Amino acid sequence: MVDVSRIGSLPAEFLTPGTSSFTEFLRQYSPELLPGNRVPAGADLGGLTPHATTLVATTFVGGVVMAGDRRATMGNMIAQRDIQKVFQADEYSAVGMAGAAGLGLELIRLFQLELEHYEKIEGTVLSLEGKANRLSHMIRGNLGMAMQGLAVVPLFAGYDQGIGEGRIFSYDVTGGRYEEHQFFSVGSGSVFARGALKKLYRDDLSADDAIAVTVQALYDAADDDSATGGPDLQRRIFPIVAVVDETGYRQRDEQAVAAIVEEVVAARDIRPDGPVAPLR
Amino acid sequence: MSMQFGYVSPEQIMKDRADYARKGIARGRSVIVIQYAGGILFAAESPSPSLHKISEIYDRIAFAAVGKYNEFENLRQAGVRLADLRGYSYDRVDVSGRALANVYAQTLGTIFTQDPKPYEVELVVAEVGHTLETDQIYRITYDGSVAADDGFSVMGGAAEQVGRYVSEHFTAGASLEGSLRLAVDALGRDTDEPRRLAPSSLEVAVLDRERPRRTFRRLTGPVLDSLLDRGGSETSAPADSDGSGD
Repeated sequence: MVDVSRIGSLPAEFLTPGTSSFTEFLRQYSPELLPGNRVPAGADLGGLTPHATTLVATTFVGGVVMAGDRRATMGNMIAQRDIQKVFQADEYSAVGMAGAAGLGLELIRLFQLELEHYEKIEGTVLSLEGKANRLSHMIRGNLGMAMQGLAVVPLFAGYDQGIGEGRIFSYDVTGGRYEEHQFFSVGSGSVFARGALKKLYRDDLSADDAIAVTVQALYDAADDDSATGGPDLQRRIFPIVAVVDETGYRQRDEQAVAAIVEEVVAARDIRPDGPVAPLR
Repeated sequence: MSMQFGYVSPEQIMKDRADYARKGIARGRSVIVIQYAGGILFAAESPSPSLHKISEIYDRIAFAAVGKYNEFENLRQAGVRLADLRGYSYDRVDVSGRALANVYAQTLGTIFTQDPKPYEVELVVAEVGHTLETDQIYRITYDGSVAADDGFSVMGGAAEQVGRYVSEHFTAGASLEGSLRLAVDALGRDTDEPRRLAPSSLEVAVLDRERPRRTFRRLTGPVLDSLLDRGGSETSAPADSDGSGD
């Protein structure tokens, strides 16, 4: 294993002109640092790491919103109440993950670095499709771990500067990449969240409307899925909400999200199942 | 024992190599790295907008170089790899400019003594601190010598001339506009007749102390123009009188 602290002079691998992919570089120089290579092959490892649950994303006019609940579970236990599942990928994109939390968080760290590394080496940023494809390769590299029970399913969303719109990409454990239109949800509560998104999505949403839609969808997911955490008003733990539009990525501050969550929760006091969609 | 035919003393070999490297470096235009109140400013005269002499290495670290492009570009990419690998193995705060400067020094020192040809490059690794006092500017030369420069650093063809102009006019903790004007004026003093550089031929970047996470930012287009305008009208006597003297 390479001890990074002992690099005194630049090794030949560093000075060899070559890839601008950090993952490729790691594979050549220090493969033991790759997420999938740290655990020996063997039996079912699914119970070893907490499981991160539901993520939702929806587009709005000129951007995209991604939100995630805060719960991580281990079997029937709540492993963490305030886990973060939605992250900034780079200036114009957000990434979130559901599934094996330990592996997923490291995969996201590597993905963030992958984008930054490319940007620094090449002097330009990847296209949104390019970023989405990069993530796809990384998930495919994790297939062995997925088959041992450590599946990670990311959700990727960003602002496409070429067309001026937000776009959403979903993945399966084999690295399959699918572009989703309007909205999408992944994780254990995704079935219920997607039902809510279907009924609440409109073509003319503003950024704040879109946040309200994602909060409603997460509430519905938590309502019917025990692994998804609802808003915790006592501990003041609210979903993490990221907005990406032409000004770039920003995580909405807690007060703004809290205000929207409190509104949603107050309305549920009157109608616990949430807003009514018109019949026709 | 008889001396072998064609014997050259180690002193002579080193001197020849140093002369060779120095000659290569002296052919290029200068690069200036200078501290200002809000961070560290990098300025260079660059004939190409895409072949950079100044680049980002990590959150608070940047790289500037003069000399042979393919050689310093190779070192730059290796530096990015090393910094990213360190940050990924430990944490982002554990990547330091000093460590990188050391690695560059070792690498250049080895190449200077062992490779058939020394690298014709000179580098600056600068790390912006949280205060003016904690900024670090390291200059590494072709033979692996490292110098920690105080306040500013000048490399390239007319480094001596340009450096003299900067040291005469440098004040610690100056504004960005003032420092930029000083750097641009100094870059134009590489010949006996002062030149006025067009904004389009400049490559300018800063490590901005106040920015969160990645502090490196290139200054181009309208931002650069307006900074140059403000710097021209605000700076005190020396820069103004020089400007009108052109």
